[in-house]
Amino acid sequence: MTTADRSAFGDDTQSLKVARTIDTGFFWLTAFFALAIAGILLWIVYELFTIAWPAIQKFGLEFLTSSRWNPVENIYGALPQIYGTIISSIIALLVAVPLGVGVAIFLSEDFLPSKVVTPIAFLIELLAAVPSVVYGLWGIFVFIPFITPFLDFIHTTLGWIPIFSTPPSSRAMIHAGLVLAIMISPIIISISRDTLASLPPQLRQGSLALGATRWETILQVLIPAGLSGIIGSIMLALGRALGETMAAAMLIGNANKISISWFDPASTIASLIANQFAEASGLQVSSLLYAGLVLMLLTLAVNVLAEIIVSRFQEVE
Amino acid sequence: MTSPRMQSNSSAVDTDYVLEVEKLNVYYGSNLAVRDTYLKIPRNQITAFIGPSGCGKSTVIRCFNRLNDLIPGARVEGRVLFDGRDLYAKDVDPVEVRRRIGMVFQKANPFPKSIYENIAFGARINGFKGDMDELVERSLRGAALWDEVKDKLKESGLSLSGGQQQRLCIARTIAIEPEVILMDEPCSALDPISTLRVEDLMHELKQRYTIVIVTHNMQQASRVSDMTAFFNAEATPTGGRVGYLVEFDKTQVIFNSPSQTATQDYVSGRFG
Amino acid sequence: MTTPDNTPTSGTTPGTMSYTVAPQRKLFGNIMTGLVIACALLAALPLVSILITVITNGLSRFGPAIFTELPPPPLVDGGGLRNAIVGTLTVMVISAAISVPFGIMAAIYVSEFARDTKLANAVRFGINVLSGVPSIIAGLFAYGVVVLATGTFSAVAGGVALAVLMIPIIERTAEEGLKSIPLEVRQGALGVGATNFQTISQIVLPASLPFLATGVTLALARASGETAALLFTALFNQFDARSVWQPTATLSVLIYNFAISPYKNQQELAWVAAFLIMVFILIVSIIARRLGRRTQF
Ligand SMILES: Nc1ncnc2c1ncn2[C@@H]1O[C@H](COP(=O)(O)OP(=O)(O)OP(=O)(O)O)[C@@H](O)[C@H]1O
Ligand SMILES: [Mg+2]
Repeated sequence: MTTADRSAFGDDTQSLKVARTIDTGFFWLTAFFALAIAGILLWIVYELFTIAWPAIQKFGLEFLTSSRWNPVENIYGALPQIYGTIISSIIALLVAVPLGVGVAIFLSEDFLPSKVVTPIAFLIELLAAVPSVVYGLWGIFVFIPFITPFLDFIHTTLGWIPIFSTPPSSRAMIHAGLVLAIMISPIIISISRDTLASLPPQLRQGSLALGATRWETILQVLIPAGLSGIIGSIMLALGRALGETMAAAMLIGNANKISISWFDPASTIASLIANQFAEASGLQVSSLLYAGLVLMLLTLAVNVLAEIIVSRFQEVE
Repeated sequence: MTSPRMQSNSSAVDTDYVLEVEKLNVYYGSNLAVRDTYLKIPRNQITAFIGPSGCGKSTVIRCFNRLNDLIPGARVEGRVLFDGRDLYAKDVDPVEVRRRIGMVFQKANPFPKSIYENIAFGARINGFKGDMDELVERSLRGAALWDEVKDKLKESGLSLSGGQQQRLCIARTIAIEPEVILMDEPCSALDPISTLRVEDLMHELKQRYTIVIVTHNMQQASRVSDMTAFFNAEATPTGGRVGYLVEFDKTQVIFNSPSQTATQDYVSGRFG
Repeated sequence: MTTPDNTPTSGTTPGTMSYTVAPQRKLFGNIMTGLVIACALLAALPLVSILITVITNGLSRFGPAIFTELPPPPLVDGGGLRNAIVGTLTVMVISAAISVPFGIMAAIYVSEFARDTKLANAVRFGINVLSGVPSIIAGLFAYGVVVLATGTFSAVAGGVALAVLMIPIIERTAEEGLKSIPLEVRQGALGVGATNFQTISQIVLPASLPFLATGVTLALARASGETAALLFTALFNQFDARSVWQPTATLSVLIYNFAISPYKNQQELAWVAAFLIMVFILIVSIIARRLGRRTQF
């Protein structure tokens, strides 16, 4: 290229300089935003920690083992809420895991032509997009009235089992657990389905070519091969169930006590915060944030674990 | 369920042939992929399928164990007789067909399980009740892999080299004692040494099994096979391409004095 | 090589073969198939029920008044959701204004400048963890950062809380979109002397626009129904908020407040609010799907 050609492009030392400056500026700008995201995480923990500090100082770890939540005496302990958070999530998993994995298998193993599967998959995505407050609304006016006769029946026939030992209350642990199950099953379905669908087709062919039936292939080859992805999806769903607020706040009954029966009202950390925060002040606010911190750490642990499991699976692929 | 039994008085059936293909047409959706194929695969021999890419070799071989059933839209016309019975008859279960007619794929596809489990899996689901350790050892020996893996049977099948994986897949296939083993380009991903190993293995396996192999390697076909089928594809009036069987004969004949000029051109490398 | 005479499997010999699979294996398969079909129906049931109840209950009160009138006090009939509709839109605009640049810039950094580095992995890890933060925690965070600092509940505080929840969604889809652009395209631009900035802003970003839009719409869908994050940030307001620095009503918080109230009129309005949110989410999901379909590069 000759200099004569170049001249048509103007004074390039100047424009190059400007372009370079913009370029470096742009680089640092994006880097800033990227790092800020990691920063937000720490900021959240810090923010919760500082506001919760008076309660942490006053109650220490006893907060986790005490069942008293008494704004009048200003004594706070969150054991019933921690218990409720964990039990409602366990109920949700008990229902959502078999349901979700079953549907994932159903959608990924061509039981149906893709023309039928695609809309079903879309509906399930939609299920995931329904806001939790709408689930709560539906739970109050549709689900609880619908499920109560069944729960009554379970109580009368299986009442000797401690978890069914009280007559179903109009708001109860079981309601929150079941609605949570509906809410988290789309997570299990979509990730497990992606996992199963991404397994190499040769695996399936290899098994079928040995004379395995479809179900032997699914249960003995495909599910073991995709197990970490499925477990990861369950962990993510658990994280969501632990932190879910509205469905719990609207359905669980917000009773500050521990009952062995799932048919009794209970409460979760999130529902406690949702219920009391607006009217709280002073040490109660700190205590609520302390409870929030516990919730944050709980979900953090579950999500990090899920993350590790899922990424390990991707490496294996 | 009472299932029809094979007639043991086999005068009606030509026992020399394990598989007989009659007027086979295979469609993918509305596209005809292979047309009008007649073939007879002799027992305890190695039959090679050769031909240019896309002429339907894999398609035909997949008809033998009904693996095309898994492809949505795939449709098979005509008959494929296995020991005299039509594999596509209504009362035939493809699962049982695949037990009888094993397959080794182009890309080795061990299960993400231990070497031991890779072999035990097929036997177990098929109701094997004998000594599993013995079966695993016998199958691995049969696939000439035993010495290389006998100390690491608990390790993942995926930890083996490509050639070893392919032999593991062969071992896993012979563990279920099929009558026929289909191999679709089993050596195309292997180095020459591993390839020779597999070829030697095929010679041994021939004593007990019938083998059908698809290969792009002329030398391989001439080295290992007794019979050779040459497939080709031709343009259809509608603009598609359809595969058909050009010539099927003893391997010597195909490679030395084929009756069709297309075959002659192909085996001598003057094709296209 | 040992070659036993008898065949090891199931004692069948050629000539006496049955062409059917052992009945118990088949039966087991049929039972399992029945079970997963039952699972699919069971999973679809709540969705169908929710859609039907939201649509019927929502439509029964639907009318122009919903958009023009304020929610009435208890025991008064009629009314609408004007303040909540405006409030929801306000909060969503604020949250988008924060989260879109954040998410897209971070995605550019991860995919264009730091691809496959440890730092990129760390950022992605942080984003994944952030996406698991419970929404009520995001609310508490915004309470601490905005409400306590400004001394008032506000739409801005609500927007900040929602932004925390939207950033991971936007970043992920944007990153996916950027990565779907083949490296050759970038090399082509760099090869004619473009800077990184020019390549990204003029070639890569426009090409991945459908992805970016998908991410933003999905994030807005999530934000539109989000409640817990708004409870102590935007709070609620019986009336119209006069500025973004005032407590602001939103549809989702209104649903919560009115669903647990004993008054029939308020319950009905809660259903209408749910209907509006669901319609919004449905439209947005369909748009996102359409956009997603056009993302083949
Ligand atoms: N799953 C499928 N769906 C649709 N068409 C297919 C499918 N598999 C094969 N075909 C078509 O059928 C024809 C024959 O393909 P086939 O795989 O049998 O060829 P081949 O002889 O095995 O080729 P190669 O030597 O490359 O393996 C081709 O035109 C191909 O496009
Ligand atoms: Mg082929």
